[in-house]
Amino acid sequence: MSLDVLVIGGGNAALSAALMAREAGASVMVLESAPREWRGGNSMHTRNLRCMHDAPQDVLVEAYPEEEFWQDLLKVTGGLTDEHLARLAIRHSHHCRPWMVKHGVRFQPSLSGALHTARTNAFFMGGGKALINAYYRSAEKLGVQIRYNAEVNELELENGVFKAALVKHKSASGEVLRTERISAKACVMAAGGFESNIPWLKEAWGQNAQGEFPADNFLIRGTKFNQGVLLKHLLERGADQIGDPTQAHMVAIDARAPLYDGGICTRIDCVSLGVVVNKNAERFYDEGEDFWPKRYAIWGRLVAQQPGQVGFSITDAKAVGRFMPPVFEGTVAQTLPELAQKLGLNVDTFMATLNAYNQACVPGHFDHTVLDDCHTEGVTPAKTHWALPLDTAPFYAYPVKPGVTFTYLGLKTDETTAVRFNNQASPNLFVSGEMMAGNVLGKGYTAGVGMTIGTAFGRISGEQAARAALGTPVSVPTLAQQVMQGRADLDTPVSA
Amino acid sequence: MQTLQQLTQEATALARGDIVLTGSEKEVARQLQICNGCRYCEGFCAVFPAMTRRLEFGKADIHYLANLCHNCGACLHACQYAPPHEFAINVPKAMATVRGQTYADYAWPSAMGALYQRNGLTLSLALAASITLFMLLALQSNGTLWGGAALNAQQGFYAIFPHNFMVSMFAPVFLWAVLALGMGVRKFWRDVTPATSGAALTTPAAAEATHDALRLKYLGGGHGDGCNNEDDAFTLARKRTHHLTFYGFMLCFAATSVATVYHYAFGWSAPYGFTSLPKILGTVGGVSLAIGTLGLWRLNLARDPQHGDVQQRPMDRGFIALLFLISVTGLALMLARGSAAMPSLLALHLGLVMALFLTLPYGKFAHGIFRTASLLRFAVEKRQPSKLALGSD
Repeated sequence: MSLDVLVIGGGNAALSAALMAREAGASVMVLESAPREWRGGNSMHTRNLRCMHDAPQDVLVEAYPEEEFWQDLLKVTGGLTDEHLARLAIRHSHHCRPWMVKHGVRFQPSLSGALHTARTNAFFMGGGKALINAYYRSAEKLGVQIRYNAEVNELELENGVFKAALVKHKSASGEVLRTERISAKACVMAAGGFESNIPWLKEAWGQNAQGEFPADNFLIRGTKFNQGVLLKHLLERGADQIGDPTQAHMVAIDARAPLYDGGICTRIDCVSLGVVVNKNAERFYDEGEDFWPKRYAIWGRLVAQQPGQVGFSITDAKAVGRFMPPVFEGTVAQTLPELAQKLGLNVDTFMATLNAYNQACVPGHFDHTVLDDCHTEGVTPAKTHWALPLDTAPFYAYPVKPGVTFTYLGLKTDETTAVRFNNQASPNLFVSGEMMAGNVLGKGYTAGVGMTIGTAFGRISGEQAARAALGTPVSVPTLAQQVMQGRADLDTPVSA
Repeated sequence: MQTLQQLTQEATALARGDIVLTGSEKEVARQLQICNGCRYCEGFCAVFPAMTRRLEFGKADIHYLANLCHNCGACLHACQYAPPHEFAINVPKAMATVRGQTYADYAWPSAMGALYQRNGLTLSLALAASITLFMLLALQSNGTLWGGAALNAQQGFYAIFPHNFMVSMFAPVFLWAVLALGMGVRKFWRDVTPATSGAALTTPAAAEATHDALRLKYLGGGHGDGCNNEDDAFTLARKRTHHLTFYGFMLCFAATSVATVYHYAFGWSAPYGFTSLPKILGTVGGVSLAIGTLGLWRLNLARDPQHGDVQQRPMDRGFIALLFLISVTGLALMLARGSAAMPSLLALHLGLVMALFLTLPYGKFAHGIFRTASLLRFAVEKRQPSKLALGSD
C-alpha cells in the first residue's frame, strides 16, 4: 500500500493541501511535528482571511475589489511581490470560502475592536484554532492519516524528485522515540517559516552598531514548533530561495509577553493615542501616521531598530477606554517624572521629550475614527494625527518589544507551487504556507493576508500533489487556471 | 468623555479593592482580562459581547457573566490560550466554579446555601426521607404496600392518599420552593443590575431573553451547529436533550395544573381517561422527560472533563437522575393503575416528587432561574450605548 501524498506540516496550508489531495482521490498522510494539543502552527493564532469581493457577501460589507486588494498589497510590500501569484491568491480568496465552510469553518462578522476590517476580512468564528479543529475533523472523516509529534528534517530527493521523508517520531516531551522513512508519490511541504528558531533569527539579524544582537530581544508571537529545519534542509539541498531572512511580519507587542504563543492578546493598541519613547527616553517615529491597524505591522521593525529593542508606549487618562484593553497592567504614575522614574528612564531627557511634544501639539478636533487635525508643529519626529498633550493624570506606560509573527524567507515557486532547483520545477515536491509566502510578501504585512496566501497555495499545492501522484492528464484544468479564468461556478455563495 | 471618566473612576474604585473577590472570582477576572484582548469567541454566545463592554471585572460583573455562561464548551476548544498554554484559559470551568458559588451565596435563607456544598448528600437525604415518609403514610392509610384499596381502580390514587391530603403535603413545599428561589434571584437581580447599566427591563428585552432561554440559543454555538460535549466536534444533542427534558418537565407540570383546574373549577376528579388533556400532557411530558434525561445522562458521562467544574457533576447527575426516576415512576404508575403494585409505586413516585420540590431551591434547578435572570440583564444591557469608544472600532 503506497502513499500518494505526504503533507509535512499541520497548519492551515498543510490541512488545506491534505483536504484537496484527499478530495482528488489521493491517499494522504499529514505529519505534524507538534503534539495534538499544540497542532496547527501559527494558524491557531489567526482570526481572519483577507477576502476580495465585488459585492457584499454574508459577513463582508460593501466591496473589496481585486484592484484595491492588489494596491494594498503593493503598498505594504513596496513592490516586493510577484504580481501573478498575488493576484492568484487575491482571486482565490473570492472563491474559497464555500469550500472552507464545507470543511466545517464558520464565519462571523468583524469582532468588536476590529470593525475597520468589516469590509476586507472574513473572521473565523472562534478564531484560527476553531478553523484548524474543523479541518482536522474533516480530514479524519475523509480518511486522511494524521501523525502528531512527527518531525521531518530531511528528505530523500533524486534530481529534484521527491522520494521519501525521514520522520522522527517524538515523545510528548520531545525526545526522539524512533525514526521512520516514509515514501510517497508526491509531497507537500507546509511546515512554516523559521520564526521560532532564535539562533537562526540571531544569525539573520546579526549585530547592530551598538554591538547588540537585536534578535536576543525578540518575542515570537506564535508556535514554538516553526524551527525552519525543513526549510534549511531544502535551501542546503539547493532549492531556489525567495526573500530576505530579516523580513517578517513583526509587530510591537507587550515586552512581558511569553517568548512563544503570546498571540493576539499581547498587542499594544494605544500607540496612536500617545507617544512612544525608546530606552533613551526619545521619540523615534510618527505615532499618528495612519490608523493603527494600518501601522501596527511596521512598529515591530521600528522597535527592533531601537537600542535594547524596547520602547515605551506612553498615554494619559484620556486614552483609557479608547483602545483594546491590554492584558498586562500598565505602569501607572500621577506625574510624568514619576512615570519616567518607575520605567528607569532618564527623567530629564524624558521630560524634555514630553514637554517638546506637549508644546508642539496644535489644538484641533480630536476624533480617533478619522485622520483628525490634531497634529504637532515644530517637533521631530512629528505626530501627524491624534496629537493631544499628555497632561491628564494618571499616566500610563506599556513596554513594547518586537514580536515576530512569521518570517518571509522561503522557497521560490510559481502558480503550481512546485519547489524549484536551479529554476527547474520539481515534478512532485510542492510548497505552501509560510514556507513560500515570501513570493507574495517581500516585506510588510496587511491583516489577514497570511491566511489568504496559506489557503490559496495550500489548496493549490494539495491539488498539484494529487495530480502528480495520480497522473491526472494535463487537459484537466487546475484550480489555479480556473481561479485565474474566474470560472463562474466557483462562485457559490457562502451560506451564512 | 463624561462616561469615560465615570468608568475610569469606577475602575479605580475597584482597583482600591473596595469589593473583595474570592479566589474563583479572581480567576474569572484574570481570564477575562486576557479574553478581552483577544475576543475571537465573540460569536459563540452572550458572555463575550457582554465582556467587551467592560475594562475591569468586579464581583457583580463576574456573577452576572458566570450565570450568563451556558457551559457550552465552544470557547475552550477554540482557545489558543487553553491549557497547556501558560495562560491556562478555561472560561467554562472558571465560570462554572463561580456559578456554583453564586447558587450557594444567593440561597435563601442564606444558611441553606451550605446544601450546595454537598449536594449529592443533600439530595440523597431528601430522597430517602421523602420516600420513607410516603411509604409509611401509604402503609398507614392502605394497610399494605401491595394491593389493598389500590385494586379498586375506580377510586385510584385517592383511595390511598385523598386529594386534599396530597395538596396539603405538596402545596406548602412547592410554595416554599418558589419563595426561596424568588428571594434568591431577587437579591441576584439587585446586585447585578447596577453592573449591567442599571436600566430597567423593557418588553423587547424581556421578549428577546425569553426567546433565547426557551430556544437555548446559546447551546447553538452561534453558527447553529450546536455546542461541544466530548471533544471539539459540535453536537445538537445537548440542546435537544435539554429541550426534551425541559419541555417534558413543563408538560408534566401543565398536566398537574390542568388537573387542578379540573378538580377545583369543574369538580372533575381523577383518574382521567387516556384521551383526557391531563393524561395526554402527562404521558407526552413523561416520555419526553425520560428520553431527555437519559440523553443528558449519557452526554454528561461522556463530557470532556475540562468542561465546567467537575465537583458539580454529582449535583448535575443527581438532578438528572431524579427527573428521570420521576418520569419513569410516573409512567409506570399510570400503567399500574388497579394493580397490586400501585401503592408502592405511588409512594415511590410521590417521594421522588417531594424530594425534587424540597431540593428545588438548593440544587441544579437553580441554574435555570439565575441564567434566565442573566439573560434578561444581557438583553437590557446590550440595548444601552457602550461606555467605551475603542479607537479601532
